[in-house]
Amino acid sequence: MTVAQRAGDREGAVRQPVIVARDLTKVYRIGTQEVHALRGVSVTIEQGELVAIMGSSGSGKTTLMNVLGCLDQPTSGEYYLDGAEVSRLTDDQLSAIRNRRIGFVFQTFNLLARTTALEQVELPLIYAGAVNRRQKALEALAWVGLADRVRHRPTELSGGQQQRVAIARALVTRPSLILADEPTGNLDSRSSEEIMAIFERLNAEQGITVVFVTHEPDIAAHTRRIIHIRDGSILSDAPNANSRPAHPAVSTDTGR
Amino acid sequence: MTVFESVRVALRALLANKLRAILTVLGIIIGVGAVIALISVGQGAQREITQNIQALGTNLLFIEPGARQQAGVRQQAGSFPTLTYEDALAIADEGDLPIVGVAPELGAYGQIIVNRLNWDTRITGTTPSYALVRNFQVADGQFLDQHALDARSRVIVLGPTVASNLFPDQDPVGQTVKISVHGRIGENFKVIGVTVPKGATGFGSEDDQVFIPLTTMQQRVYSQLTTRGLRNVEDINVKVASPTQMAQATAGIGQVLRQRHHVSQDDFTITSEDDILRFFSQVTSVFTLVLGAIAGISLVVGGIGIMNIMLVSVTERTREIGIRRAVGARRQDILVQFLVEAVVVSLVGGMIGVLLGVGIARVLSSVPVDGQYLQTVVSVNSVILAFGVSASIGLFFGFYPALRASRLHPIDALRYE
Repeated sequence: MTVAQRAGDREGAVRQPVIVARDLTKVYRIGTQEVHALRGVSVTIEQGELVAIMGSSGSGKTTLMNVLGCLDQPTSGEYYLDGAEVSRLTDDQLSAIRNRRIGFVFQTFNLLARTTALEQVELPLIYAGAVNRRQKALEALAWVGLADRVRHRPTELSGGQQQRVAIARALVTRPSLILADEPTGNLDSRSSEEIMAIFERLNAEQGITVVFVTHEPDIAAHTRRIIHIRDGSILSDAPNANSRPAHPAVSTDTGR
Repeated sequence: MTVFESVRVALRALLANKLRAILTVLGIIIGVGAVIALISVGQGAQREITQNIQALGTNLLFIEPGARQQAGVRQQAGSFPTLTYEDALAIADEGDLPIVGVAPELGAYGQIIVNRLNWDTRITGTTPSYALVRNFQVADGQFLDQHALDARSRVIVLGPTVASNLFPDQDPVGQTVKISVHGRIGENFKVIGVTVPKGATGFGSEDDQVFIPLTTMQQRVYSQLTTRGLRNVEDINVKVASPTQMAQATAGIGQVLRQRHHVSQDDFTITSEDDILRFFSQVTSVFTLVLGAIAGISLVVGGIGIMNIMLVSVTERTREIGIRRAVGARRQDILVQFLVEAVVVSLVGGMIGVLLGVGIARVLSSVPVDGQYLQTVVSVNSVILAFGVSASIGLFFGFYPALRASRLHPIDALRYE
């Protein structure tokens, strides 16, 4: 089954929101001081949305991404991912959810050192105990346009190529949600355009919900909905009327 | 993640830092090698002593003066002389005892002199049955006979070591030697035979002694008087007919001697070869254990080396741990990954260490020390032990670093610089 076919199956499923968060709070204790990183955030994100969560440094957007990504748990509030309450799960259960439902793309790529692109992409499949790992990983790498770089290690790849490996790693498990934290923060403008084009294609062709966490208006401009966050609360949540598709300098089409 | 994959990941992580991995493995190699080599020395000593005791002859009982002490071994050597030649004769004459030979002996250290050559050795005064009881054979000439004993003849049988030192290029049989004990030049003795070598033995070589008739010894060379004023013998060797009759023989001999000595409390001790064997194997077991324990210390040091390097590795790879956690690794996946890495280090070290230990054991047993070869025995048990211990050390010293790795919070790990 190809990636495109699987995306087709998803279209037929009953539509329910990918993310339903109600009144999420997160309080960190630093010494005797309490830091309120989130002060009651409620947000619903439907399947297939392309959303940007914007805010300046210290606004709580990273905390929100960690909670939405099941890397951290809220102090209070409810969080339903694909209809299932996940805010009170055990550590192992959270690992399983990150493994199957969520893909991460980070500003610093976060690839394993001395590991080939193919093995990077296979990594989530290994923890999932999946079969046909090699084939699925090769498909994902081809989809991001790196079919000819599967044996390369991070040091042998450009920044844009490394980020594409990271995207392939995020999408290989067919997650409901991909969370991208400043995905173009370390890239030049041409590579940034390429990467944004891939995210858009991912969203359009595979129907995967993509949530960007960023402070760059340029990135947010590509999305169809922008959520502004400040001091741990949502300031505004509105559709992006001027959504602008990316214009990749090189084609990432694999001819499939 | 399967074990195979864990091992692959572990090997890659180790190869990424080859020098560090080699040094860590070296600690285990030295530890395991030392354990194997030193235990082989201990077990070699055990085997050698067993062989030497068995070379004394089979089914032997030793009757010695003095009361029985702990562990079946006479503690007060040379305590009151109480045994006599007549005691030995009485035991031999007791028809009901299941014994095939009785040989009393009386020894002294002295010098054998031939022209300008001399040799310090043990002079054993005994009876003809000594050859049978203690398993001596004559290579040349003859052993002491009954006539020599009765006549208190001045005849002498040389052990092969003595013969080769005093008569380097001459047949000793028929020659005359002088015996000097306690600095007194004694009388001439005629050499009547040379015994067959019993082989290189580790302690108290039986080839380095001479034999003269017991009666000659008592009268002309050296003896003490017993409490009843008789010339003593040092001990009496008894060869029992079969191993199953040892206890019966011991009881019968005890009865004869108690009757003859008119004592309520035994003034003699009967020790079997098995008692001696048991005592020495206890001694050598302790010896082996001590050697193994000393070597074990280096193994523990090697284990601490593993722990040290694993802690460094966990810190260095915090980011990697965060990435793995983000893509779905559970705590136990991380734990297993680092544990496998530690065990791979210790097992590789263990394997090479076994080879090193066996090699050292071989070298030790092939290099002569004082003209003798050290026996070493590498048993399958010691190899299994060293291997098991090294794997356990990997598990034990790898556990804490692995636990720390698994307890890292994914967010903190991902942000680690």
